[in-house]
Amino acid sequence: MLRAGRARKDPEMDNLVLENVCKNFGGFAALRNVSFTVGAGQKVALLGHNGAGKTTLMKAILGLQPADSGRIAVMGAAPGSLRARRQVACLPENVAFHSALTGREQIRLYLRLRGQPVKLADELLERVGLGPAANRRIGTYSKGMRQKVGLAQALIGSPRLMILDEPTSGLDPVSRREFYAILDELAGQGTAILLSSHALTEVEARTDRIVILSRGQVVADDTLAGLRAAAGLPTRIQVAARPGAADEVARALQAGRRNGVMVDLTCSPEDKLERLREITALGAKVRDLDVVPPSLDDIYEHFSRRAEE
Amino acid sequence: MNGVIGYADAEFRIALRNRWILILTVTMALFALVLTLAGSGPTGTLGADQLSVTVASLTGLAVYLVPLMALLVSFDAVAGEVERGTLALTLAYPVSRWSVLLGKFMAHVGILALALLVGYGVAAVTAFALDEGAGRGLVALGRLYWSSVLLGAGFVGLGYLASGLSRRPATAAGLVIGLWLVAIVLYDLGLLAAIVADDGGTFTERLFPWLLIGNPADAFRLFNLAASEATAAASGVAGAANAIMPAQALASILVWPLFAFGLAAWRFRRVVP
Repeated sequence: MLRAGRARKDPEMDNLVLENVCKNFGGFAALRNVSFTVGAGQKVALLGHNGAGKTTLMKAILGLQPADSGRIAVMGAAPGSLRARRQVACLPENVAFHSALTGREQIRLYLRLRGQPVKLADELLERVGLGPAANRRIGTYSKGMRQKVGLAQALIGSPRLMILDEPTSGLDPVSRREFYAILDELAGQGTAILLSSHALTEVEARTDRIVILSRGQVVADDTLAGLRAAAGLPTRIQVAARPGAADEVARALQAGRRNGVMVDLTCSPEDKLERLREITALGAKVRDLDVVPPSLDDIYEHFSRRAEE
Repeated sequence: MNGVIGYADAEFRIALRNRWILILTVTMALFALVLTLAGSGPTGTLGADQLSVTVASLTGLAVYLVPLMALLVSFDAVAGEVERGTLALTLAYPVSRWSVLLGKFMAHVGILALALLVGYGVAAVTAFALDEGAGRGLVALGRLYWSSVLLGAGFVGLGYLASGLSRRPATAAGLVIGLWLVAIVLYDLGLLAAIVADDGGTFTERLFPWLLIGNPADAFRLFNLAASEATAAASGVAGAANAIMPAQALASILVWPLFAFGLAAWRFRRVVP
């Protein structure tokens, strides 16, 4: 297992601590010795296939479905305790608010549940971009707008820990960017954020650390750069040769020719610069080149498949 | 306390926009109107005022409609939130489960009280228009009103129980319709069949009265008919009504809402969102 190269401090100071958390459903191990932490101001992505245990883990953190063994501490308190619930906000997967209520009425309910003044509702809806729709019934909202209602309720009362289960599903690219901007703001105020996703492409540079869960086990816990280095996947270089020079270029580089002008070669990340020097040495025979690092999906595949072997 | 107020407010708004409640309120008002107008004939011969006669007719109507309204407004309360995923969200908030259920209970009983006010109000206004002496029946109407609200509260609690026992709202809906059929229709038929088979034995003497007031709907009917002689005479079931003390029927009406809500709260504590 990989560890983030982050300065170690007292682990009890972390907003969320998981130690050897296990959960079985009638013989099926949904979570196996899950351990990681989320510190103040950190944004951590929890990745995994459907059924990898993301939602089970989140329910255990929220105290909705207690873990069988191991330790979970939310701001130092037991999951599901009143002290923990006062400081945690969540957004469950596929939450569908009552269609008969307006966005404002729905947020007023959640403000009351946190003991906050209901007049904050408009401000919250404005913040997630639902200001103009506050008076409309949720039944008339699009999927993205409903997801924003869910985000608005999670923002109530500046929580110390946010648990978001696939929060960006249904959001268009612009809304997704706005969503991450709000998360950045919260993290800046010291909120710890754990969000799940089934695609690495969705979270890419938006999170500080990535935890990959496969079959209930943590198979990676690192920054994106760290994951990239640990995976050691080859970088592809595509060279476009001058017409007629493709064979000559391919021979010089000991690589395969794809068609009349394109030459493909792969190399390890460490050899990349050396190969590029070789290519530029060919001078006018080379018209253009593209360096394609392993994609996020390739890296994710690498880790989740490794666990299954 | 925050949960109680929050849910009472939100659920009251939802119930106000619930088509079922609207349809049943209009039905109730129409029935009240028809019963009052149709009952305007025999008042002279019975010596009872117009409103008292209407109350007797309304009692028979309320036994069917009030539990139905209560069950239709309550069946979605737990199963609906489980299915929509909002229960998991609510339970992650710093509120207790019983306060969530109590908030819903207050809203749902409140909307029933409002619907009944409209229905019975139409009957009262019509009765006063037909008979200047209708004021004598106001006490009976008031008694019918608050006992109807209590009857409804009992069935709201039972609706929550059915909802808490189901994973999906469709299952809960089926369960409450079955409950309504059994409690309102089949229960009385069963008792009748038992009396006929027993032919005046110990069952009829000892068990029957208790089984009758054990059912909130029967207790409601008995209480309203026995409490007013005029209505008892008008409805012709004075015999059955007199066999049981109105006080015991009243106790049954009062205890059922608490008992049903307690059962529902007990079940709700075990619901995993």
